[in-house]
Amino acid sequence: MLTILFDGIAYGMLLFVLACGLAVTLGLMNFVNLAHGAFAMAGGYVTAVLMNRYGVPFLLTLPLAFLVPALAGLVLERTLYKQLYTRSHLDQVLFSIGLVFMAVAAVDYAMGSQQQMIRIPTWLQGRVEILGIQVGLYRSFIIAVCGVLVVALQFILTKTRFGSRLRAAVDDPRVARGLGINVSVIFAATFAVGSGLAGLGGALGAEILGLDPTFPLKFMIYFLIVVTVGGTTSITGPFLASLLLGIADVAGKYYVPSLGAFVIYTLMIVVLVLRPQGLFARAR
Amino acid sequence: MLRRTFLGAAAMLALTGAASAQEPLKIGLILPMTGPFASTGRQIEAAAKLYMQQNGDTVAGKKIQLIVKDDTGTADVTKRLAQELIVNDKIAVMAGFGLTPLALAPAPLATQAKVPAVVMAAATATITEASPYIVRTSFTLPQATVPMAEWAAQNGIKKVATLVSDYGPGIDAEKAFTSAFTAKGGQVENLRVPLANPDFSPFLQKVADAKPDALFVFVPSGIGAQFMKQFVERGLDKSGIKLIGPGDVTDDDLLNNMGDVALGAITTQHYSAAHDSPENKAFVEAFKKANNGMRPNFMAVGGYDGMHLIYEGLKKTNGQGGQALIDAMKGMSWTSPRGPVSIDPQTRDIVQNIYVRKVERRDGELYNVEFATIPNVKDPVKAAKSN
Amino acid sequence: MQSDTADNVRAALGRRGRWGWGEVAFWLVAAATLVFLPERHLILNEIAIIGLFALSLDLILGYAGIVSLGHAAFFGLGAYAAGILAKNGIGDPLLGLGVAALAAAILGFVTSFLVLRGSDLTKLMVTLGVALVLGELANQMSWLTGGADGLQGITMGPILGLFEFDIFGTVAYAYSLVVTFVLFVIARRIVVSPYGLSLRSIRDNPLRARAVGIPVNRRLVAVYTLAAAYAGVAGALLAQTTQFVSLDVLAFHRSADVMLVLVIGGVGYLYGGLIGAVFFKVLQDVLSAWTPQYWQFWIGLILVLLVLAGRERLTDRVRALRPRSRRGLATDKARPLPTTTAREV
Repeated sequence: MLTILFDGIAYGMLLFVLACGLAVTLGLMNFVNLAHGAFAMAGGYVTAVLMNRYGVPFLLTLPLAFLVPALAGLVLERTLYKQLYTRSHLDQVLFSIGLVFMAVAAVDYAMGSQQQMIRIPTWLQGRVEILGIQVGLYRSFIIAVCGVLVVALQFILTKTRFGSRLRAAVDDPRVARGLGINVSVIFAATFAVGSGLAGLGGALGAEILGLDPTFPLKFMIYFLIVVTVGGTTSITGPFLASLLLGIADVAGKYYVPSLGAFVIYTLMIVVLVLRPQGLFARAR
Repeated sequence: MLRRTFLGAAAMLALTGAASAQEPLKIGLILPMTGPFASTGRQIEAAAKLYMQQNGDTVAGKKIQLIVKDDTGTADVTKRLAQELIVNDKIAVMAGFGLTPLALAPAPLATQAKVPAVVMAAATATITEASPYIVRTSFTLPQATVPMAEWAAQNGIKKVATLVSDYGPGIDAEKAFTSAFTAKGGQVENLRVPLANPDFSPFLQKVADAKPDALFVFVPSGIGAQFMKQFVERGLDKSGIKLIGPGDVTDDDLLNNMGDVALGAITTQHYSAAHDSPENKAFVEAFKKANNGMRPNFMAVGGYDGMHLIYEGLKKTNGQGGQALIDAMKGMSWTSPRGPVSIDPQTRDIVQNIYVRKVERRDGELYNVEFATIPNVKDPVKAAKSN
Repeated sequence: MQSDTADNVRAALGRRGRWGWGEVAFWLVAAATLVFLPERHLILNEIAIIGLFALSLDLILGYAGIVSLGHAAFFGLGAYAAGILAKNGIGDPLLGLGVAALAAAILGFVTSFLVLRGSDLTKLMVTLGVALVLGELANQMSWLTGGADGLQGITMGPILGLFEFDIFGTVAYAYSLVVTFVLFVIARRIVVSPYGLSLRSIRDNPLRARAVGIPVNRRLVAVYTLAAAYAGVAGALLAQTTQFVSLDVLAFHRSADVMLVLVIGGVGYLYGGLIGAVFFKVLQDVLSAWTPQYWQFWIGLILVLLVLAGRERLTDRVRALRPRSRRGLATDKARPLPTTTAREV
């Protein structure tokens, strides 16, 4: 029972790391970036390539799995994305889907279509028993990393100057500019961090979710579910939503396996019908 | 009335396709080249091209032209592509078909146009019954599964949990294993996993709770690696649960990268890259050389043998397609990289050895090492029907 | 005074309802392909079906402003309805279309209440959820749908008892084209009616529409149901002309593809879906014949370039070819969904 809870939390946390970058771009910057998964995939491949070809230890690859997609995000933001902030959502969808197609085919060309494997270090393998619960070490590691991330993100957004500037830039770019806030730099930085977080999520998730060129398409739905269920106005919303969805999914599949596939979708529909703005959003 | 003229036209089409001598003989290879099952397509395409490279592109005095089409893993696209290839390109034979629905969708076309279809991958038992023009060079899931059940029963395994992906082939495997294993007096508990399922933890926890002697698993090959990792992560290997199943989980294409988690898994299948024969050594070496070190898997061998079957069939019919070609293919036998194989003249399905293998490390790489052979296995589903 | 306004509106709508020469040419070219492109009938059939499917999405997205990422739910339901009917011996194609339309319309009506609320994102995800649940249902109910193996053994009777489906796809294409054309004419009639006008006003400003007395919810339910029926017919056409139904009729990529097709062709005018279907399918066919492995890259590149070059501008140029459609373009600025402003047919 508690093991199920633990697995659910770990799964939810993983969903959160993958989706929180999207929560930032979609929720805060109001940009529908379906190419989010491509950045996550980039992070995963950075880790896989570094580990398998160059023998870099797993933990050392993680910062790079953050930096490389963040850099890619920064470049793309400066060159392409920034032209689309003022465009319609449909344009953004079309554009980012185009990027996904390109990323899928390009990775396929460069790396082949097969699954990439990473080997996590032995001290993260296996499981231990804590207070009578079987706890997987790698899943605990994910929970720890995500916990730190949530706290840090929440702190940055609510307590730092950058956070308040970002919120100001999002709420009313024109006024923010008038107040001397460099909106485009803030957006670029935010976008880069969002992409980097996706990359980190991809690297952490490769062990559990697998990694192949179709990754951005396969998991796009999950990211979107987390963000919409959580509501797009905060970081805590998607966080709690990820936990809820993770636990519900794992528990649903454990207790009623025959209906397991329905749980996450049905939950989403019910939540959205009852609370169209998302579970944890304050109405604006 | 109209129907008859239409069938007549279709037959004419098949005839004219084969009759013109200058025209090259066209083979339509329809595969999922993009999407989640792209690696299946890649393996088969690579193998087919390798075969043509090794054996030349002229058969019975005619040039062979291979037309590769991507069906993106969508059945109606497969059907449309097959139809276009038949009508426009006037192919002599179509081949490929990565998944069960992709093989079933164009089956009526094969019958109508009398164009043989060589199934190189899809593994649901019933496929060859969908049209008298379908012949298969891959395997059927029950063919690989029933020997597993027998081996398990003979080796002191009493209680088995099965875990399969909830779709056609998975259910096929589950049924075949369950009935064969319970017939030998074993106990089985069934679990099904949704096909799109990133996290196996709830299902594995259920397995852990059930404490079986062995876990029988079938998931499509790409997902197999994740499954293995989570199996070990949960410590199920240490609690004495053996991992058994048809060879999809320990796909040669991925096996070496899975790492130590795969060690010790026991599977039954028709092909291992480590199969010890001169034919296979040559095949593996050539395949790796032509494809940047990629190891051939059971899909590749299906594609390679499929091409062989087409070549040999065309040689026998002197370049004629249609009914003559399918008749020529029936009963054909040869030595494949996987061992001796033949085409059952009644069912048009492949008859082959099934090997029991264990994942071991050899020369620094992981392989499915064969340690027992069950010779000349026919598809048990159709064999049961004919008795 | 008031009757003047009514007359003006009536006259304006009547003007819009008239067929331009561009439209006539479009359909003449489509009809001509029946004779002049015999080798391409199979893909043309697919184009006609996707065109109809995109048209149905346009009814809700372009005219009523409801975004959907789950339109395949209706497409798939229609396909399964027609397929199951034919499998059980009722092989009359037109009857199949009717049943498929009805089944999809019922589902559309029921689910329409779910999509009335919430933001665009909420609507996207709810529609997506409906389609995913339906897809999972179809997988589980394999006794009815054939599950992942697909629905086999569909045999279609001749259309109207006269025309048997042939292997060249000619009858299939003619059939799909005629059905698409008939439904197009009906849709065209609807969008230039006062009802269509009220939909557009809801799309542009729901609050104001409610204020002038338009029953917003009822109108939206009606159009959503209608669009569902259209999608159901498109699905049924696919099932009948390919005589096979598999789970991917309900898959996410089908909803996403139709969205792409429509957006490429242009949202908010009925030809958008049809033109988009021609463009997208031909492109995909050419590219994937050229590089079966990596065609997606080039599609992606084209999408990106299309957006950067200004998709609106391109489709507006096409639209500007037809005389009475230039009005309202000036206001075509960025704003949340829907992007289109007061646009005509």
